[in-house]
Amino acid sequence: MSRPLADRWLTGILGAGAVLAGLVVLLIVAFLTIESIPALREIGPGRFITDVSWHPDRDATRGTFLLLPMVAGTGALALGALLLAAPAGVVSAVFCRFYAPAPVARAYRRLVELLAGIPSVVYGFWGLVTLVPLLRSIEPPGQSLLAGILVLALMILPTVALLADSALRSVPRSLLDAAAALGMERWAMVRGVVLPAAAQGITTGVLLAAARAVGETMAVLMVCGNVVQVPSSLFEPVRSLTANIALEMAYATLDHRSALFVTGLVLMAAVASLTLVAARIGGGELRHE
Amino acid sequence: MSELEPSRRADRRAAVVCWLVAGGVSLVFGWILLDLLRLGLPRISWSFLVEAPANAGRDGGIGTVLVSTLAILAVCLAVAVPLGLGCAAYLAEIVRRDGAFGRWIRHSLDLLAAVPSIVFGLFGTVFFCQILGLGFSILAGGLTLACMVLPILIRATEAGFRSAPDDLRRAAAALGLSQTATLRHLLLPAALPGLMVGLVLGVGRALAETAALLFTSGYVTRMPTSWLDSGRALSVHIYDLAMNVPGGEEAAYASALVLIVLLALVNGAATWAAEAWIGGRPAR
Repeated sequence: MSRPLADRWLTGILGAGAVLAGLVVLLIVAFLTIESIPALREIGPGRFITDVSWHPDRDATRGTFLLLPMVAGTGALALGALLLAAPAGVVSAVFCRFYAPAPVARAYRRLVELLAGIPSVVYGFWGLVTLVPLLRSIEPPGQSLLAGILVLALMILPTVALLADSALRSVPRSLLDAAAALGMERWAMVRGVVLPAAAQGITTGVLLAAARAVGETMAVLMVCGNVVQVPSSLFEPVRSLTANIALEMAYATLDHRSALFVTGLVLMAAVASLTLVAARIGGGELRHE
Repeated sequence: MSELEPSRRADRRAAVVCWLVAGGVSLVFGWILLDLLRLGLPRISWSFLVEAPANAGRDGGIGTVLVSTLAILAVCLAVAVPLGLGCAAYLAEIVRRDGAFGRWIRHSLDLLAAVPSIVFGLFGTVFFCQILGLGFSILAGGLTLACMVLPILIRATEAGFRSAPDDLRRAAAALGLSQTATLRHLLLPAALPGLMVGLVLGVGRALAETAALLFTSGYVTRMPTSWLDSGRALSVHIYDLAMNVPGGEEAAYASALVLIVLLALVNGAATWAAEAWIGGRPAR
């Protein structure tokens, strides 16, 4: 049976659109890689780990390109934010599902959604003018790892809370009924039945929140002070991988610029592996908010 | 009865922790919002909204910045909406759901949704600014944002197509309608609510974006006269005022408030559209 010409055209056009949309991410990875090649060739991957410091230069032989402090900075920021936001997010979701009266739960869920919608630059600005002076009065300089952790935690809390909330919602009713029939107290039910049953969904949410924390630029750039060092205390400034790109991209040329694309490649690898693990655990279909 | 006591006490403790965490989160949210209102509202006036920034943004308004922001948004949507609609229709109506091709595209879109915004910026600056020769421009910024909102748009629109009942497709097939006619007259109207939800979520993401625009659409605050002019987006304006302009806090607060209000309007439109068309909250 031959199909009408118009249908074949339509299928072709829509298919081309789909291929194009599917290609964007490949294009991004391809360009990151291509632009990284000069640095990987002239500087070599080893020097990003073994050089004495990060003093980049357009000429690979004159600069030093130690990327480790930024990797440590991003790691410390993301880990700290997760330690705060993951428990708080899960507790928020439990609150909505089991402890809050219906109207309170509805209002609180709406509030968390609004929190998720605040732009990162506004979080960064608020952190800079409110949080940083507060921390400075405790221990200068104020722009610090701790400031970054606090702002990031606030930003990724909605991700954890909303995804944990939908994980709790998908726990089968029959499990709850069985627990109730056994005479379990509310908390015993939450801890013994609901949280284990929702563990998979919650883990996915936490991993996606981690990916978001690693990839966040503006808030971190504005409150962390951006000094290249491995921080030895919470009150010291740090520079993240993302901030490294945002700060130096404006004036970098040649090998220096290429080194920033290597930074981007490292960042992309970290975020992609977190996302892929989340997808594996979550069973294929991912939900972002 | 006395052996029940410990578990009841544990429940009481859990309730206290829940209320404390929820109260704490609400307090911080209120703190941010009050700060923005208290320090931003006094500066907001009609002239702030229409005048060009003066004295590096300390004085004057955000008129030209708003124009640039809307222009970047327009470019973003003009590219992302047709492409996203086509891709969603293809994924939902033409390829098999569990087929290899559909799976590949869906995985690649999941990955695209996870790409950090600064990496979009790197990509945009190489591909749009240099290779396509657009320079720092509204066009380059808008195209970069289009890549960014594509996954959001496609996911919501695909869900819209899938929510159309199969009866529509069977009836169309029984009547001998062509695939083109079925899509255009039956399935597209059914998918429209999904597209609207995706559109609104995408606009929200695009308005909030800063890092991807830093080195694609640039910093220039002059009134843009062409798509190839550099134009400063509202979010970039806030960043610049906060970080590079001593004494710019007041204007930054006011700009942040305007941005939040814009986003709230968009979000309100989403809720309204979803309730009017689907009878539910927007799918996230």
